[in-house]
Amino acid sequence: MAPVRGDVGFPVRLRFTKHGKVRFVGHRDLARSFERSFRIAALPLSFSLGFSPRPKVSLGLALGVGHESDGEYLDLELAEPIAVEALPATLTETLPVGVEVIGAVALVPRAPALQEAITSVEYDLRPAGLSFPVLHAAVEQAMGAEHLPIETTRKGRAVVEDLRPGLRRLELRDDVVEAEVATQPRGIRPAELIGALRGLAATAIGSGEDRVLRTHQWIERDGARQQPLEADRAPRASDDVRAPSKGLINARRDDDRGGGDRADTRDHGADAQDHGADAQDHGAPQRRIA
Amino acid sequence: MAPNMTTDLWPRIEPLLGRVEKPARYIGMERGSVSPQHRPDQVSWLLIYPDTYEIGLPNQGLQILYEILNEREDAAAERAYAPWVDLEAEMRASGLPLFSVDTHRPAGAFDVLAFNLSAELVFTNVLNCIDLAGAPVRAEDRRDQDPLVMCGGHCAFNPEPLADFVDAFVIGDGEEVVGEINDVLVAWKRAGKTNREGVLRELATVPGVYVPSMYDVDYDGPFLAEVRPKYPGVPAAVEKRTVADLAEWPYPKNQLVPLIEVVHDRLNVEVFRGCTRGCRFCQAGMITRPVRERPEEQVRMMVRDGLRRTGYDEVALTSLSTADFSGIDDVVGDIVNAQEGTGCVGVSLPSLRVDAFTVGIASQIQQVRRTGLTFAPEAGTWRMRKVINKLITEEDLFAAVDAAYSNGWRRVKLYFLTGLPTEADEDTLGIAELARNVVAIGRKYTKSASATASIGGFVPKPHTPFQWFGQNSVEELRRKVGLLRDATRRSGVSLKWHDAEASFAEGIASRGDRRIGKVIERVWRGGGSFQEWSECFDLGRWTDAMAAEGLDPDWYVTRHRTEREVLPWDHVTAGLHKDFLWQEWRSALNEHGLPDCRWTPCYDCGVCTGQALEHVVASTVAPAGGSQGTGQDLERGGAVPVAFLGVKDAAGNGGGARAR
Repeated sequence: MAPVRGDVGFPVRLRFTKHGKVRFVGHRDLARSFERSFRIAALPLSFSLGFSPRPKVSLGLALGVGHESDGEYLDLELAEPIAVEALPATLTETLPVGVEVIGAVALVPRAPALQEAITSVEYDLRPAGLSFPVLHAAVEQAMGAEHLPIETTRKGRAVVEDLRPGLRRLELRDDVVEAEVATQPRGIRPAELIGALRGLAATAIGSGEDRVLRTHQWIERDGARQQPLEADRAPRASDDVRAPSKGLINARRDDDRGGGDRADTRDHGADAQDHGADAQDHGAPQRRIA
Repeated sequence: MAPNMTTDLWPRIEPLLGRVEKPARYIGMERGSVSPQHRPDQVSWLLIYPDTYEIGLPNQGLQILYEILNEREDAAAERAYAPWVDLEAEMRASGLPLFSVDTHRPAGAFDVLAFNLSAELVFTNVLNCIDLAGAPVRAEDRRDQDPLVMCGGHCAFNPEPLADFVDAFVIGDGEEVVGEINDVLVAWKRAGKTNREGVLRELATVPGVYVPSMYDVDYDGPFLAEVRPKYPGVPAAVEKRTVADLAEWPYPKNQLVPLIEVVHDRLNVEVFRGCTRGCRFCQAGMITRPVRERPEEQVRMMVRDGLRRTGYDEVALTSLSTADFSGIDDVVGDIVNAQEGTGCVGVSLPSLRVDAFTVGIASQIQQVRRTGLTFAPEAGTWRMRKVINKLITEEDLFAAVDAAYSNGWRRVKLYFLTGLPTEADEDTLGIAELARNVVAIGRKYTKSASATASIGGFVPKPHTPFQWFGQNSVEELRRKVGLLRDATRRSGVSLKWHDAEASFAEGIASRGDRRIGKVIERVWRGGGSFQEWSECFDLGRWTDAMAAEGLDPDWYVTRHRTEREVLPWDHVTAGLHKDFLWQEWRSALNEHGLPDCRWTPCYDCGVCTGQALEHVVASTVAPAGGSQGTGQDLERGGAVPVAFLGVKDAAGNGGGARAR
């Protein structure tokens, strides 16, 4: 049964990072770590009805096993409102090493689910075994091309699909390929993109492991591009009234928002955490000692 | 290994993990894990579960020793699991040795490789892990600086099949003896780890430790003549270790919480150890006697603290028959009703007794979360159940099932064994009839009622009354499963069965002698690891290896043993008198049941009297619940009185009071 979002409960969105060894833990397993962390923190979780009540927790777009991220998101629904400011430090304490919660906001009721709301995703790609000139040429060629076909399988059948329509941006900085891909009409997996670049470079798979870092996820709505912690955040009367900091996430967002109500009611705890400055203050995750 | 070797292999492991299944098996970082700094004045232990991470991580024995050792100043323990075949291929291709998951330290850098043996088909994985550690697999080829290889766990009660590969076995409960072993090893390490022979001689004198190289084995044709100590001071028989009071060992205190899903993925709290139900096929029940209950208050504390610390939403109260725990209904009721913090905590009770009382407890539990309901009648007819001493009447089973369906369950699971001693086709077919009747009872309540019957092929185990029984052949087990398939078609009973060929290989390893070591080595050298896994198992590897060693599989597996025969495990004792086991074997053949000695007079199986032990149970009366309680109309054993402990005092407080 799909979680009913914000019907009776109080939805909260978390932003977290995933770095290091924990990158090998898959999406669903990580969700289970979060559920246990919520329980250790004794959060008042909302549960689904039925014989096997499940907490209403939903992760955003799946991150491939082995990839790292600066910006992952998770929504949970609580049965009663709580102060979200302390959540990042509290949860990080009991999450696996390398998973750090760096922001938490209350959401408006019935905020669209992350899976539907996210419109584009940014990655830093480090394909193994491709020299800078070769990679440079491949990137130029990919952005200049009308089509970027890849071979893949659908329902066991080999098909050719075009990555180009979903490819927003591809740039080479040093040896890192920065990519922004849309989630529609089809999501593009980083491995597919790296495969396409290899195809253009006409190079066999290099030795070593391709490294992928997800840097951002975006919600584009009515022409404005927002970070998921901003897009559907609930206004809170108790918040400090303060001007939004510049350059926290993306200058365009602040411009687009035009200093409306929501900008004035930003939760300053989460605000600072969005750009990660406060994240350091929470301290590095503790090594668990028996 | 070179002393200046690098101790963190992670940089070499990491690039391989992108190419293997479930890479998180190899990263460690579980909540509760430690990253010890190894010092020269400590003994370093690598505790290895020789199967996949998902099977091995929850093993409570390994976790208990991990904590106990790491609490000591003079020991440091890490863990390893058998790498799956994909990673093993990568490791061998790049010369990477077996490593710990805690600090990714090479296995060869540890002083001890200590294996948990929970099943016989993992034996080839033990060899594979020793080899991956970079040590010679045969104990006689290992030199002073190679790690000592030790094994413990239930399968150590017949150590002979692995005797060629293992330096020392530990028989019985490990909590106390592991410290005594560590004391011996600290001195050995301080002296520079020279004189391997000397440290083994010393280990052989530690009670509960069996050092196979200290014994000569004589044969008389195919038969074993004698297993005899080589030196004075080496015991002729090694007696198992038993922790007298579970209350002194509230472990694990920091149960590991894995980052990926594993079997038994929940908080596990052991409520008692040992079982005296006396099921004659059950090795666990025979070798873990007597019953030692954990005080109720400690159980509650371990549940409460464990849930708070781990964040699990489910707790299992574990034992060999949890419904027999004194005060089980109160404990379960309180957990279900407490629901502090986030709430919605489920309780699971593995190994349930079959009666309506049990279903009453299960109904309490399902107020929170509906769990599956599994009963194990084990055999299809009352006659057969008297043979195996699983004394459940049909009335009890049907009452239990009626209670289950009327409480809203739509499916129950039933466990059976086939290939039991004296089993005739009418007994086998009794399984189908019983299962069909169960479905019929369910249909009174719901049209969608169904039942799953799981059929295991019986493998006789050492230290049980059935240790003399000739196992059914592969063909016979298949024929019996065939009978059941025919008899359960279109009946609402869904039938599952265990591979008869795997049961046969298990039979070779279970009751094998020292000569089987060469067979295990051949199977392993031929690539036969992960024999517990159907995708890797191949009986042909085993029969070919037997043929190559000139051994007859049927002599080991399907042959009935005689009373006078020297059994390969006779020099290891679980405390049970051999004549008690033989008497039980005779009683089985005579279809005589034997009641539970917790609630009836002692029949002197040998364990309590021989080891000066007593049952530790909080209640002198059997729990309510029909034929498996005291209401059995059976002939009684002898008249040695049993002193019960923890009788409720006059003030009525404390099932946990433990007067002595």
